[in-house]
Amino acid sequence: MSLLRIEDLHVEVDGKPILVGIDLAVEAGEVHAVMGPNGSGKSTLANVLAGRPGYDVVRGSMTVDGEDVRTLSPEERSLHGLFLAFQYPIEIPGVSNMEFLKAAVDAHALGRGEEPPTAVDFVKRARVAATRLQFDPDFLKRGVNDGFSGGEKKRNEILQMLILEPRLAVLDETDSGLDIDALQVVADGINAFRANSNAVVLVTHYQRLLNYVVPDHVHVLADGRIVHSGDRGLALELEERGYGWLGG
Amino acid sequence: MPERTSELADLVGQEHAATGREYAAGFVTEIEADTLPPGLDESIVRAISTKKEEPPWMTEWRLDAYRRWLSMPPPRWAHVQFPDIDFQAISYFSAPKGDAPKSLDEVDPELLRTYEKLGIPLHERARLAGVEAADEEAPQVAVDAVFDSVSVATTFKERLAEAGVVFCSMSEAIREHPDLVRRYLGSVVPKPDNFYSALNSAVFSDGSFVYVPKGTRCPMELSTYFRINAENTGQFERTLIIADEGAYVSYLEGCTAPMRDDNQLHAAVVELVALEDAEIKYSTVQNWYPGDEQGNGGIYNFVTKRGACLGDRSKISWTQVETGSAITWKYPSVVLRGADSVGEFYSVALTRNFQQADTGTKMTHIGPRTKSTIVSKGISAGSSQNSYRGRVRMNPGARGARNHTQCDSLLIGDACGAHTFPYIESKLPSSVIEHEATTSKVSDEQLFLCQQRGIDPEKAVAMIVNGFCRDVFRTLPMEFAVEAAKLLEVSLEGAVG
Repeated sequence: MSLLRIEDLHVEVDGKPILVGIDLAVEAGEVHAVMGPNGSGKSTLANVLAGRPGYDVVRGSMTVDGEDVRTLSPEERSLHGLFLAFQYPIEIPGVSNMEFLKAAVDAHALGRGEEPPTAVDFVKRARVAATRLQFDPDFLKRGVNDGFSGGEKKRNEILQMLILEPRLAVLDETDSGLDIDALQVVADGINAFRANSNAVVLVTHYQRLLNYVVPDHVHVLADGRIVHSGDRGLALELEERGYGWLGG
Repeated sequence: MPERTSELADLVGQEHAATGREYAAGFVTEIEADTLPPGLDESIVRAISTKKEEPPWMTEWRLDAYRRWLSMPPPRWAHVQFPDIDFQAISYFSAPKGDAPKSLDEVDPELLRTYEKLGIPLHERARLAGVEAADEEAPQVAVDAVFDSVSVATTFKERLAEAGVVFCSMSEAIREHPDLVRRYLGSVVPKPDNFYSALNSAVFSDGSFVYVPKGTRCPMELSTYFRINAENTGQFERTLIIADEGAYVSYLEGCTAPMRDDNQLHAAVVELVALEDAEIKYSTVQNWYPGDEQGNGGIYNFVTKRGACLGDRSKISWTQVETGSAITWKYPSVVLRGADSVGEFYSVALTRNFQQADTGTKMTHIGPRTKSTIVSKGISAGSSQNSYRGRVRMNPGARGARNHTQCDSLLIGDACGAHTFPYIESKLPSSVIEHEATTSKVSDEQLFLCQQRGIDPEKAVAMIVNGFCRDVFRTLPMEFAVEAAKLLEVSLEGAVG
């Protein structure tokens, strides 16, 4: 059984078809890159997996570990192991990163029928992750993404992923807007996360990130369907030749 | 995506639907009461005074207030709407039957049960609501319980007396400490200050009185718990707190009322007096019945609260967490007379369904180098209207005075409103007045982020609102801060799942 299986997925936003028949299977231990030009439907794919309101599945299925997630609420999908790193992480002023992460970790623990971690254990864990992503010690006290630079916001997404240890991580253009140092930190985080027990879907416009996080499979999305699949070589070819040669 | 917003509004608005999470304090106590017939004239004022066995000067004081009230119009400037109140339809006095209890042992067990049910146990091991078993090291809280028109019990009186602190009902103070009462009653809020203060002065029935002597730090938190029980009865309590030179006292106030379809009037007056180097911290968690989800019933909370920093370097600090009442009209204020005196106002006002709140503060700077801080957090949900109204005045003598005002509004859903009415009156170019205001909204994006991380929307809203209120909660005494956070969470709970 595939970790993620998408079959004949059709998605509309405001009644307008965006995805028109996506098929994709991701096995445990794999990293898949989903590439494509602007407007090809990459972000729609990421958002519809996470259950963002406004993205309507009109046909097809998407299963995580065999369970159809279409009828699950966004928080249920999260508890089922699906994580989305946001393209534009939103700020929640007044709520500290610490509180926010603890609430998320507690929800996941309760979802597994476990006791939430003690505050002390949790803080230790959070500090380790924060250090790995090169945040200052006061990071945990700051408001969620409040006053963060673009790079800090993206690093924060990766930090949340490391702490929640999802089964499937979908990263929506996490590499965009990063300078080379931040890109390296983010890539290190993703590589540290990679394991045989999970899978990663990297949604990206550029192949730059793939120099650091080497994917097992690369898919090219155009006009709402996957038009080409290959290995890492495909990404390099795209960098050289652009998306034009693949046609619509 | 607007449909999401309305979903969110529903979620917050539904919490009064029959989900078992209704207003938990909404029960009625069956107790025999001694109630005056509805209506107000001089004979009623006299009857109240007689019932309380008051000296003639007090009766005259009340009658003077009553005569002034007759010629005063009710205030109409607040951003609230309600039908005219028929002051002849209200009963101005209701008390549980029987002689006033002389000790806790004599208090009617039914009353004790009422307060237990509300989480305010009146036995002397008592702690504040929500805190289990009194452990020896934890701070104790002395409680004065006011049921309808009278104080039914005051705890820890003896221990307080050892420290020289007077904490008793206002009726008792009028009998036992007439000099202090005559000197200070009405000195901060004069009888004709406004329509409701004049009415209160005429008919107030009970309330709490505190006197902390020179150089004394009150050994425990003092607390008054107000409960309206009887139908068609107004509650008009009167509180007077005097901190003598160098004294310190922290005072907490809580309130609830049964759920009734009619509106009930609550028109209290609170006066604080801080002499040289004295400090008074006054905290309120107000949870009067707010009415149902259609806007029927609920308390009209028309309250005048004011403190006078009379002495140099004195300090008065108001903290309020307001989640109840159909209509709130309330401006806890500070008159900064002493040099270097400090006034603070920290407020969280949450409105939902059809609640209306017009609340804020007045800081009047008279003495040199006086300083005031205002932090107001308004949260509006459902179809409610939430207004901040504040006035900062710098008089000519207030050289080097400073004010900082921070006024934030948070909107949940599309049908509610937040309004800010700041008034700044400065006769002094050298004074510093800073005003910051923000309005934000709990956005669908924020909620979706929380949900994507596994946090359900109700918890997410509570977390965001709590974060928004943090600056105010941290000024509350510890147990009250926990209570306040819980109260907000319950008030925001939806009916999902």
